[in-house]
Order: sequence, then structure tokens, then C-alpha cells
Amino acid sequence: MRQLIEETYRRESRRILATLVRLLGDWDLAEEALQDAFAEALAHWPAQGLPENPRAWLVSAGRFRAIDKLRRRARQAPLPEGYEDLLRAPEEASARAEELPDDRLRMIFTCCHPALSQEARLALTLREVCGLPTEAIAAAFLCPAATVAQRIVRAKAKIRDAKIPFAVPEGPELAMRMETVLHVVYLVFNEGYHGSDGSDLLRTDLTGEAIRLGEILLELAPDAEVKGLLALMLFQDSRRASRLSPEGELVLLEEQDRGLWDREGIARGQALLDQAFAEGRIGPYCLQAAIASLHAAAKTAAETDWPQIAGLYQVLRRCAPSPVVDLNAAVADGMAFGPEAGIRRIDALLEKGELAGFALAHSARAAFLERCGRPDEARVAYAKALQHVPADGPQRRFLSRKLDSLQA
Amino acid sequence: MKYLCLIYGNESEMDVRREGENRVMMEEYFGFTTDIKRSGKYVAGEALQPTATATTVRVRSGKLVTTDGPFAETKEQLGGFYMIDATDLNEAIQIAGRIPGAKTGSVEVRPIVVFANAPA
Repeated sequence: MRQLIEETYRRESRRILATLVRLLGDWDLAEEALQDAFAEALAHWPAQGLPENPRAWLVSAGRFRAIDKLRRRARQAPLPEGYEDLLRAPEEASARAEELPDDRLRMIFTCCHPALSQEARLALTLREVCGLPTEAIAAAFLCPAATVAQRIVRAKAKIRDAKIPFAVPEGPELAMRMETVLHVVYLVFNEGYHGSDGSDLLRTDLTGEAIRLGEILLELAPDAEVKGLLALMLFQDSRRASRLSPEGELVLLEEQDRGLWDREGIARGQALLDQAFAEGRIGPYCLQAAIASLHAAAKTAAETDWPQIAGLYQVLRRCAPSPVVDLNAAVADGMAFGPEAGIRRIDALLEKGELAGFALAHSARAAFLERCGRPDEARVAYAKALQHVPADGPQRRFLSRKLDSLQA
Repeated sequence: MKYLCLIYGNESEMDVRREGENRVMMEEYFGFTTDIKRSGKYVAGEALQPTATATTVRVRSGKLVTTDGPFAETKEQLGGFYMIDATDLNEAIQIAGRIPGAKTGSVEVRPIVVFANAPA
């Protein structure tokens, strides 16, 4: 029974917490209620057996314990405004509890509210929606645990004091707010995907958490961009076994062993992408996923449909312009139309000034120069790239090797 | 719940703006104020005279010290405010977004402190 209860906690605790926050209107009270509810389960279920609807049982138990607590507090001092209503509200009939809505979507939108700072949104989402302990979040973002704890405390205080509602936005606001949520999810994914160099196994699997978040969003708000983001993450994640050599060195996309790619993940991503494009309202994530799908579909690097990728990047540049997108578009042009074209496009970008500190701009340029048979210029470009990577790690080692190979 | 919307804008830009544009902005403010009053969410609102008319008052070691001008030199200056009564922060943000000054400057939205046991 104890194992069953632990499993129930693992599976249901986030969803129960979300409902308790909605019913009680207070995050701290809800967290205490969650713990109390499971304590009650541990006390009663071994004798009574597993209830028919464990989730509803736990929500009820948590709510009753919270109201009890409030009643006791009310006897000692008047409660702040708003809590009186809770005590007066009629008890929810256990029959109605069977139709408990899934409040996780409210939770996600609240944790990702634009009135909170970006770091607060990340920490809060990982803590409250994913259930990651503070230490794990801190380890993942290479940040002291006390800092993360402070961010979460301050974020909850702002939610309470500024009265950020526990709600899913409606109407025209929904699209804009969904963008904020997807951005948080993708940040979590990227932190896991690029932040880890594979050597630190203690860092939490953020890519897994991000994909799990994507799945929840897909279940509760299946719009085209949600499908696009999930597809994009699945495509990128499918390459995880081939991204690093056994010695922990970076392996470029064109050199990866495609036999190691997770075909199931790719198939799922493709299916989601097809649905999203059929629905029509596609955006930047769908476009990025489409580009990733073209890579995934190519049996070898040489068979990659670069002209189509280049075309997709031009569309992406119009709907989600950024220096990084410009760079990727320039690289795609180089791959599709010849290295000289790539060099010209990257040079134009570097002239604009935004990418000067970006190692990838210089290393991409260097790779094209190599392809053109201009090794001296390639060496200069790789050296420039080295100036902009961390002192240690796979990126530096990769670039140094490239530089060495050209000295020969 | 009550929120104070503090309207910040660059005063020197306003001076440089042509008279016609300023008149349009005045009309927009008039329209916004009428709307917000009609909605029942208006508590108060005023335009402030420019920071050149400001005086900053501090009491240090029992001494009253006045300085000419706003409390600090900032890129955007406080030009006015609205106090509104909104259901929650989402509604307050929606309302603040319709304040004409938000298009060229910034509107800071701050919840008013509710004292549980305020003196009668």
C-alpha cells in the first residue's frame, strides 16, 4: 500500500496541488494541504483500501484539513480579507468531486505570467508544475539553492500581493500568453540540451521535464504551436545518443551516426507536425520543427534537403526575426547554394554588428572558407571563434582541433 | 482591488512634439478617462505639472531639506496617474495598456496596500 501511495504521489501530486490552489486561493496553504492529504492517506488507506477515486479523495482531505487550520487561526486573530469566504463556502459534495477539472493549465499559465521575471517563471514552473525540488533546479541552472528558493518565495509573494489570478487567459489574451508559456518550456529544454555536456550526470534531465511539460500542454491546450514546440523538442532530443562521442566530444550534425537517432521520437514528432500544419495557424515553433524534421528525414547528411530548409528559414526570418535566425538562414543558404554564398551572407551579418561575439558565426564562416579551399582565412575565423567560447569544454576542444588540423 | 497606474514619459520629447500631436493625445486621454469612469473602475486620476515645477522634501537629522526638481534624474519622468479598482492584475494590466501614455512611455502598475486593521 505504501508503494501505491508513493506512486500516486508521483503521478498525481502536481494535479492535486493545482486544484487545491484554485480551491483555497493560497499557494502555501495548498502545499500544506497537499502534505496533510497524503499523510491522511498513509494513515487510512492501509485499513480502508484504495479509494475509488484517489485524486478526489485527496483533494477533499486536503481541503478539509486546510479549512480546519483556518478555523483554528480565526479563533486567535481575525483572518485576512478573502479567507472568510472559504469558511462559509458550502462543502463540496464528494459526488461532484469526480468531475474535478484539470487545473494544471491554470498553474502553468500563472507560473509563466509575464508580470513575473523570466528567472522566476522558470523556477516556479519547474518547482510547482514539474515538482522538482529546489536543489535540483539550482543544480540544473548552476545557481545557489538559496537564490532559487528566494526567487520562488518572491514570485509567490508577487502573485499574492499584486493579485495575479489563478486562471487560464481567454480570448485574444490567450495567444499572447501561450507564447510566454511556450517560451519558458523551450528555455527549460535548451538549458538541458545545450547546458549539459554529458559529463555531469548530477544535472537534472531538463530536456525530459520540458518534454513532459509539452505533453501536458498538448493534453490540455492542443493548438498548432504547442504541437510544433513538442515536435521540435522531440526531433532535437532524438539525436541525444549521437551528439557526443564516447570521449565526450561534440559531434556535428553532419557527422552524427544517424543510426543512433530515436526513430520513435522522430515519428511522433512528424505526426504532430503534420497535424499542426493541417490545422493552419502555424508559427515560429512549427517552422523550426519543420526544419528539424527535414534533418531527421535525411538518411545521410548529403541527402539533406537544404533548399527547402533555406526556404523555411526565409519564412522564419519574417515571422520571428532574430540575429540567430539570420545566421541559421545564412548557413542554410551556404549549404543550399554554395559556400561562397554562405560566406557572403555571414559577412553581411557580421557587418551589421549583432553577431560579432557569437562563436557560431565565426566557426560557420570558417567551415565555408575551408570548403572553398581558403584555409588561411579559415584559420583566422576559427581563431576568432575561439575568443568567444568558455575556457573549458567541448566547444573549445572542438574549435582547437579544427584549428590544429589546418596548421598541418 | 485598487492599483495605482503611474504614467512615465520623456518630457523633452513631449516639448519637441508638434502641437497637433499633443492635442491628439489630450483627446485620447479625455476619451480614456470618460470610458474608465463609465466602467466604474475609476477611483482617481490627475495630470501632473512638469518636473521643473517639482520640489523634493527630505527631513534629515530633524532638519527639513528641500531641493529643486524631482527626487532623481530619470530618463522618463512621472507625468500623471490613475487609481483604478480592478478585479486582479490581469485586468489592471489591460486597463493600463489603454492609457495613451503607454504608447510612447511607460506605465507602472502597483497594487495598493490593504491594511487589515486600519485605524478608524
